[in-house]
Amino acid sequence: MMKVGILALQGAFAEHKQSLCSIGVDSFEIRQKKDIEQPFDGLIIPGGESTVIGKLLRKLDLLEPLKSMIENGMPVFGTCAGLIILAKNVEGEESHIGTMNITVKRNAYGKQIDSFSDTAVIEKVSPNPVPLVFIRAPWIESAGDGVEILCELNGHIVAARQENMLVTSFHPELTKDTAFHKYFADIIKNSSETPAVRAV
Amino acid sequence: MSTQFELNKNLAQMLKGGVIMDVTTPEQARIAEEAGACAVMALERIPADIRAAGGVSRMSDPKMIKGIQEAVSIPVMAKCRIGHFAEARILQAIKIDYIDESEVLSPADDKYHINKRDFKVPFVCGAKDLGEALRRINEGAAMIRTKGEPGTGDVVQAVRHMRMMMSEIRRIQNMSEDELYEAAKQLQVPYNLVEYVHVNGKLPVVNFAAGGVATPADAALMMHLGAEGVFVGSGIFKSGNPAKRAAAIVQAVTNFEDDNLLAELSEDLGEAMVGINENEIALLMAERGK
Repeated sequence: MMKVGILALQGAFAEHKQSLCSIGVDSFEIRQKKDIEQPFDGLIIPGGESTVIGKLLRKLDLLEPLKSMIENGMPVFGTCAGLIILAKNVEGEESHIGTMNITVKRNAYGKQIDSFSDTAVIEKVSPNPVPLVFIRAPWIESAGDGVEILCELNGHIVAARQENMLVTSFHPELTKDTAFHKYFADIIKNSSETPAVRAV
Repeated sequence: MSTQFELNKNLAQMLKGGVIMDVTTPEQARIAEEAGACAVMALERIPADIRAAGGVSRMSDPKMIKGIQEAVSIPVMAKCRIGHFAEARILQAIKIDYIDESEVLSPADDKYHINKRDFKVPFVCGAKDLGEALRRINEGAAMIRTKGEPGTGDVVQAVRHMRMMMSEIRRIQNMSEDELYEAAKQLQVPYNLVEYVHVNGKLPVVNFAAGGVATPADAALMMHLGAEGVFVGSGIFKSGNPAKRAAAIVQAVTNFEDDNLLAELSEDLGEAMVGINENEIALLMAERGK
């Protein structure tokens, strides 16, 4: 039975839990170090404020353990702030977990009044159009080696994957569409069939 | 409702599990961001000083708000007076991320709240019971907070309002469908909002605690009672060590169920704001706008 840990330091973690629940995937909240002592198969870093999540990751001594799990192949899905947390470079700021070979721009679209929604067909993820909700969203300014671009919108990269790492600058968990969560569950399934990973 | 309303509710969802701090200068805003605030409320005077100063209190100077917007990367909120849609439109024009139609300022309209559905920018409003909360949501509020009693450092009213709201939600949840129509009538709100509460056991928007939160324990108490995050006003910058206290409250909200951690966080925070007891205050701000 697959089990996903959701980083629940701040932000929209409950919504991810609900999305996973609706596709029959079990999950639990990670609020401190003792929560990651149990075995789990995948990690979600939700939307919220990346500055807050980044600070709490450090204060609660979660940053290094999670980083090494991800480096060892733990599948991880970061949405919005989660994308920023995973990026190797954050424009004008220090990075956080920094395992993914991308450069991101925070609040790239502007303030709340510039938040918007759209739809796009993302072939790798779903044959149907996926609703995209952008809330004070970042975008990926540039993607380095090993990064597969899943979706571009108006000339900016908004979804990408690098091996075990999946990121979106929009919020699939705020919609009823579960295509991205299913796609992430597939990444977990496939990675557990390759036994080289996950020795933590 | 509209897509914009959905997006506005969504921003509030991103604030969950976080602490929103009152700040009066760019310097304080930076301290708040550094301490882990998920948003700041820009205002000329914190509620404790508004209370002390007396007189009519109004929307802050847009220039001062812009200074704070430039100082931080997190969302910036600002307050307008109840019913003062012209102030709200000014705040929208300077691209504020959230407007608080707030009883902390002097009400501009003793009858009508702002028609918040007319705006692109989201609103947060205070409420002390379920009826008030749903009325504000019906007017277009994308987020609710308890009114509490701002600027007192006394959490008793925030507790009262949160307990009231939660007990009314549980009551609606347990009603038979037949009873919901009468409940809607009693609460003076549309049936569909009551039905939402009945089915989901919560408000249709995010619900924060506000008013009188001064310590990590206060914040944890409000989270236990069902708040999805907290506003801290005067409690931080009226205390001995704002940076440390602010950071401790941020952690207390995330791990409100870990008593050992809360004990650690509560240590050595310096002086808390002195505060005023509920029965010592002349002006009950929570009674403004129902």
